[in-house]
Amino acid sequence: MNDWARHLIIAPIILPIAVCAVLLAFNERRRALKRLLSLGTAAALVVISAALVWQVVGAGDASSSTPHVYLLGDWPAPFGIVLVADRLSALMVLLTSVLGFTALFYAVARWERSGPRFHVLFLLLLAGVNGAFLTGDIFNLFVFFEVLLAASYGLILHGAGQERTKASLPYITINIAASLLFLIGVAMIYAVTGTLNMAELAIRISRVPSQDLMLLEAGAAILGIAFLVKAGIWPLSFWLPRTYAAAAPPVAAIFAIMTKVGIYVILRLSSLVFAENSGGATGFADDWLVWAGFATMTYGTLGILATRKLTGIAGHYVMVSSGTLLAAMGMSGEALTAALLFYLVSSTLAVGALYLIIEPVERNADEDDLVAGIAEPVFDDEYTGAVTEEENEIGVVIPGTIAILGGGFIFCTLLLAGLPPLSGFIAKFAIIDALFAGSVIAPTAWLLIALIILSGLATLISMTRAGIDLLWTPGEDSPASLSIIEVAPIGLLLAACLALMVFAGPVYLYMEGTAAALSDRALYIDAVLGMPSTGGKSP
Amino acid sequence: MEAVLALAIGTLTASGLWLLFRPRTFQVVLGLCLLSYAVNLFIVAAGRLRTDAPPIVGRGDVDPAQFVDPVPQALVLTAIVISFATTALLLVVLLASRGLTGTDHVDGEEDQ
Repeated sequence: MNDWARHLIIAPIILPIAVCAVLLAFNERRRALKRLLSLGTAAALVVISAALVWQVVGAGDASSSTPHVYLLGDWPAPFGIVLVADRLSALMVLLTSVLGFTALFYAVARWERSGPRFHVLFLLLLAGVNGAFLTGDIFNLFVFFEVLLAASYGLILHGAGQERTKASLPYITINIAASLLFLIGVAMIYAVTGTLNMAELAIRISRVPSQDLMLLEAGAAILGIAFLVKAGIWPLSFWLPRTYAAAAPPVAAIFAIMTKVGIYVILRLSSLVFAENSGGATGFADDWLVWAGFATMTYGTLGILATRKLTGIAGHYVMVSSGTLLAAMGMSGEALTAALLFYLVSSTLAVGALYLIIEPVERNADEDDLVAGIAEPVFDDEYTGAVTEEENEIGVVIPGTIAILGGGFIFCTLLLAGLPPLSGFIAKFAIIDALFAGSVIAPTAWLLIALIILSGLATLISMTRAGIDLLWTPGEDSPASLSIIEVAPIGLLLAACLALMVFAGPVYLYMEGTAAALSDRALYIDAVLGMPSTGGKSP
Repeated sequence: MEAVLALAIGTLTASGLWLLFRPRTFQVVLGLCLLSYAVNLFIVAAGRLRTDAPPIVGRGDVDPAQFVDPVPQALVLTAIVISFATTALLLVVLLASRGLTGTDHVDGEEDQ
């Protein structure tokens, strides 16, 4: 591997942060420049993360893989901080980049103008999320969590308005409290094992003496609660639907990946640290995950049925998808892990597309409400009020609004409800198939299957009802205008889901390879701890 | 010394939690501050308590037993900076919320 390829792994973190610094230097009014820079960065991130996936897979061979390790500051592994790109991390970074690019693209149509420094915050969020996926150190994970949270605090307030401010207070408070729990958990784990490096932790955990085991598990549980808050697990999730509903649509779309950060960390830690051969801590809290997942799915399903607003449906769907992932994760098994990864990718893209399509659909139903909520400046230097004045700048208006919106909406519905032939169906089918794999099927597996099917049904009912309300009832109003810039990103996301369906074979092979790599802990541990430092040579 | 530190952490946590569940936004902010102090002390305690032992290791051959574990101290430093920044941000949101809703209740509206 040549030198440049070796440094590729840090690019998804460094690049957005560097561009942020550049963007801050320019005045808010130089919109075209900012737009160009940040969209270019987001596009570059897609290319970089695709290259990263390619690199990790080992240039074409879908079955073998070695994690790529990058020593920050060139300190060898247990002492310095490492970045690790294995198949799972690379996949998550790619997913983030695709979602980030489309959401940013969508924001260019109008939302970037409803508040200051949108692009900076957005790129910072991407940097934080990518960092959380790539890091191999628990405390560094905390730092990246804080980066992404700080950016999300700014983004949730983007567009100002009373509703957003009211929703952001509980959101920020609960996340700061969760961060404190994160710190307590990290401190307890460090106190028992004496390391923060995930690979080293995986080795040391099997040697923890039995009298310290309880302390370690308490620490891990407190740490887990911090992630479960992020993942939106019942009963820690009451902030989620309201916050996501209040956020600006492109922000809500990128927030769809944030719940998955919590899921990712739990998957990583449970497969690496609390896997088999971990001594007394083997399979720690698996039952809890299963039942918390069930409770979340039930609550989310009821929420989907009970709410009439599309944003509410989307928010509760995020919870259902988190619950499904957690419950499946708690049951563990290689086939199931592959299936849940496929479900994770498919549902994240679908929810992102739904959040983007909600706004044009609702605008279509009621044009006046929308603009009212924006443009209330809180600080002097904010640049607001441009939205209403420059309506014609949105771009070429395309005809057949209803046809396009309706088509996209049906597409989203099929994806979310998990109906054939789209990727949502393949994902759910794979999970159910994996659950049926054993000779004896556990009662919890039946319960999970029932909940998956019921939540799909509830989604279908609610989405159809909302579609009839908003789209397919003939009204006297002429259809609202829709610009290409708004349609293109939605189309891109849906096309990505379509590609997931068409190329389900190769994608699924990748997921199976990922699941196999996750269950083979030695692969990760050896790669991280065996990485030699370059010893003062300039890279 | 352990007992004093444990009492301090306990008192801070209890006061912080009590304030966190109060209905006024400023009380909540103060509660989070107290909680973060408690957590910072807790991290220091996690690195084992020692007096008169420096965390910075000198050059050359040194006896590690003469030094206190530097990692928790570095963690505390990071945690202090981050909680300071997020608290400042929360204060700004608090002011914006107060300005927009006209009340300092955490729900943005007074109890009926």
